[in-house]
Order: sequence, then C-alpha cells, then structure tokens
Amino acid sequence: MNSKGARSFYLIPYYIWIALFVIAPIALVVYYSFFDLQGNLTLENYQNFFSSVYLRLTLSSFWYAFLVTFFSILIAYPTAYWLTKTKHKQLWLLLIIIPSWINLLLKTYAFIGIFGLYGPANKFLAAIGLGEQQILFTDFSFIFVSVYIFIPFMILPIFNSLDKLNPALMDASRDLGASSWMTFRKVIFPLTINGVKSGVQAVFIPALSLFVITRLIAGNKVITLGTAIEQQFLVTQNWGMGSTIAVFLILFMIIIMMLTGQREKGGSANGKTK
Amino acid sequence: MGKLSKKAKVYLAVVFFILYAPIFYLIFYSFNSGGTMSSFDGFTLEHYAAVFNDTRLLIILMNTVIVALLSSLISTAIGVLGAIGIVFLRNRKMRNAVLSLNNILIVSPDVIIGASFLILFTMIGVKLGFASVLISHIAFSIPIVVIMVLPKLQEMSSTLIDAAADLGASKRDILTRVIIPYIKPGIFAGFFLALTYSLDDFAVTFFVTGNGFSTLSVEIYSMARAGITLTINALSALIFIVTLGLVVGYYFFNQRARNSIGTGGH
Repeated sequence: MNSKGARSFYLIPYYIWIALFVIAPIALVVYYSFFDLQGNLTLENYQNFFSSVYLRLTLSSFWYAFLVTFFSILIAYPTAYWLTKTKHKQLWLLLIIIPSWINLLLKTYAFIGIFGLYGPANKFLAAIGLGEQQILFTDFSFIFVSVYIFIPFMILPIFNSLDKLNPALMDASRDLGASSWMTFRKVIFPLTINGVKSGVQAVFIPALSLFVITRLIAGNKVITLGTAIEQQFLVTQNWGMGSTIAVFLILFMIIIMMLTGQREKGGSANGKTK
Repeated sequence: MGKLSKKAKVYLAVVFFILYAPIFYLIFYSFNSGGTMSSFDGFTLEHYAAVFNDTRLLIILMNTVIVALLSSLISTAIGVLGAIGIVFLRNRKMRNAVLSLNNILIVSPDVIIGASFLILFTMIGVKLGFASVLISHIAFSIPIVVIMVLPKLQEMSSTLIDAAADLGASKRDILTRVIIPYIKPGIFAGFFLALTYSLDDFAVTFFVTGNGFSTLSVEIYSMARAGITLTINALSALIFIVTLGLVVGYYFFNQRARNSIGTGGH
C-alpha cells in the first residue's frame, strides 16, 4: 500500500547514516590495511603484524587487559553482592554510576596528582614507613587507574543479575546443608555468570583499546592496541599499519563478544561504556 | 535478609571512598593558591578567574556546547525517524540486520571509530575541523537515540495508530499527534544521552579535529599532557557540576518514562 512508501521515507536518512558511517568506515579500514606508506598494494602490514614486535605488543596488551578485568571482577563482585543487601540499593547503585559519567580525562588527570612524587599516595607510603616510590609511569599505576575507571561497568551488570536472583534459592541451599562458600560457588555464582560476562565485555574491550590512560599515566611503559593505532595514525602517519592493527582489534572484539555473548539482556544499557 | 555485616560495611565504604576521592581531590585543589596538587597553601578563586578570563578557553567551551547541542538535536531527529522506520519493518530478518548494524558504533572502541572516520573524511574531502567533528558526533549519537526510543515504540499498541487512521488522521497527524507524544520520554532520554556522549567524547574528536578547531576534552588532554595546571582542576569542578545536573536530568526523564508506563500513559 501507499503507506509503505511513507514509512520507508522515515528510514532514508537513517539508511544513509548506516551506509556512510557504519559500513563505509569499516570497509575503508580493511581497504587501507592493504597499502604501505608509499601507497602500494601490499600484504606487508599483515606480515609486520605477525612479526615479533607487534605480536609481543598484542600479547602484552591482552595481558594487561586480562589483569584489569580480573581485578575489576575481584573488587566488583563483593561490592555488587553487598550492594544488593543494602536498604536503599537503587540509590547506592546510582552513587556507583555517577563517577562513570565524569569525563575519563579528568579522572585520569587526578591520578597524575595523586600518584605524583609529592602526591598523597606517596605521603601515605612515607607515613607507613615504605618511603617515597615512583608510582607514576609504572604498570601498577596503569592497572590501578584502569580498574578505577572501569569498575562501575563491572558492578552494574553483576548487581543486576544478583538483584534478579530469587532469595529462596539461597535459603534452600542453606537448608540442605551447604556452607555459605558452597552456596556461593554452586548456586549464586553460576546463576550470575551472565552478569559477569556482560561486565567482562564492558571492561576487556576498552582495556585493549583506550589510549588516554596509557599516554597520561603509564608514559611509554604500557602500549595497548589502542595506543598503537593512535600512534600509527596521528604520530607516524602510517595509516596502512594503523588500519591493520585496527582490523585485528575489530576481530578480537568480535571474538570476545562471541565468547561473552548471551541472549539475555545484560545491564550495559545504563551508564557509559566505551 | 539479614543486615550487612561490619566487614561488608567497611568494604563498601572503602569502595565508595576510592570512587569519589579522586574527584573531590581534583575539586579541592582547584582552590589552592599554591600551583600544585600536593600542598595546599591557601584558598583562592584565581583558577576559576583564569578559566573565565581565558578567551581561547571560552571559545573552545562554546564550540563544545554548540557541537553537543547541534549534534544531539540532529541525531535525535534522524534516530527517532529511523527507530519508527525500524519498528514498521515487516521483514523480521531485515529488522534484525538493521538493528545489528545500528549497534556496531555503540560497541566499537573509540579509536576504531576515530581512525575510520578520519580515513572517511580524508577520502570524501571533508575539511578537518568544525564540520568533521559535528558530523562524527551526529554519527556516533544516532544509534544511542535509536536504542533509547525503540522500547517505547515497541510497547506502543498498533491499535492506537489504527484508531487514529480510522478516525481520519492523516499520516502526518499520526506521526506528530499520536506516535511522537507517546514516545516523548524516550526521545528526551535519547537526546540527553546524546548530549552527554558528545560533551564527554575525547577519542573520536581527537582523531577528526584538525589544527584550528578544538573541544574541551581535546584541550584538557593537551593541557594534561603538559603536566599539572590548576586551571584543569577549576574546569573539572565546573564540569562536575554540569555533569551532575545532566545525570539528574537524565534520571528525571527516565523515571517519568517509567512512571508513564506504570500508569498506562495518563
């Protein structure tokens, strides 16, 4: 009918957007990955990627992302668990989310001061007798700041899945003689694994790709895939190599999403994830 | 459910302390007359004065706000129409395909979006600057608006539209007097979210902004790379207040959206 025409009219600007800003950019990244600095069609970038330098970079980027995700879960799970037991849990949850809305740069910048040679972290270390340490520009500072920044995105989905849990299940488990640890291991954790997966998705991919934290906090100590892409595009101006790394980052992203994917709606719609 | 144990309370207190301490630390030192973030010499407002006396910074601030407002308005318009179109798609496969494409930019890392847009703009000859930044912000906000509007559209009963059509409403009337009023809370939520994403964005802008044009986050980045300047602290205090206002506004509209479902619209 004629109403069909009017309805697809709504979609015209939207389809143009999909073509220009979703499909074309990905196609262009793939296309550019086949060109070297002189503009010759080549597979050199891919050969380079599998050379020791870039493989080591990829591995270390994954290692750091793994550590960041691991510590995030370690801290976020108990937080989410106890938050669900508080009286005004939605209000407390909102208080967890608010810091995630503050600009990433400002939070990272704060740590330049906190971890600085004369900053409060070092004053604390001196007070407990450990003396002043170089904290900035170390692996530790990178992991700490990353965990700090990503933790709300881990707490939120875990909180949501814990909140949906039927308390009768815990009572049943206890009545049947399970210890609290057993109840956690066999009942609570398996039932909230989807929340953890959503959290991993929201933390692991940004941990691979963010370049702000590495640039400001870790100096050149830590290079993630994101840092390498930024470097190739904006410093070295080698768009071919940058695109090749980007292609692999997209592939890793798809794999991670498939591994952590689920049919059920996760809690990542709230708060910001990037 | 039992009360929280003491251990749990201490743990939560520590988590909240660590979450908020850096933010208040920043704001606290914005009043420091000494120029560092390590020793507080005395109270001053000079860093705030520096923000408001710096014409360059004020122009950048204005750029940021203009880009945010324009991009969220335009992306809301395109996103709302797109969401309506998606809901009316009869073909289920087609609809799922469009939705998957919609979500690509939401899950993509910023570096990828920034780098690929940089290639795109260079290829089609858009000069890097205001235009490229604005277009990028529109582009990454559209899927967010769609995601916020879609649930409201899906819960709207199609009988409403049929009734309006039976009563003689034109297609235009159905859109402006039936559909849009119904999904208004979703539209506002989408607009707010687009606004905050635009104000908050650093990485995408960093890639597509040329030499002459800058937004607040790009400027803060280059200032922060140079080291500690308490002007940034003063800026963070101001941004913190604006952000809080936006979050409260966003939750207010979200809450209203939820309430209107509960009470059935009226």
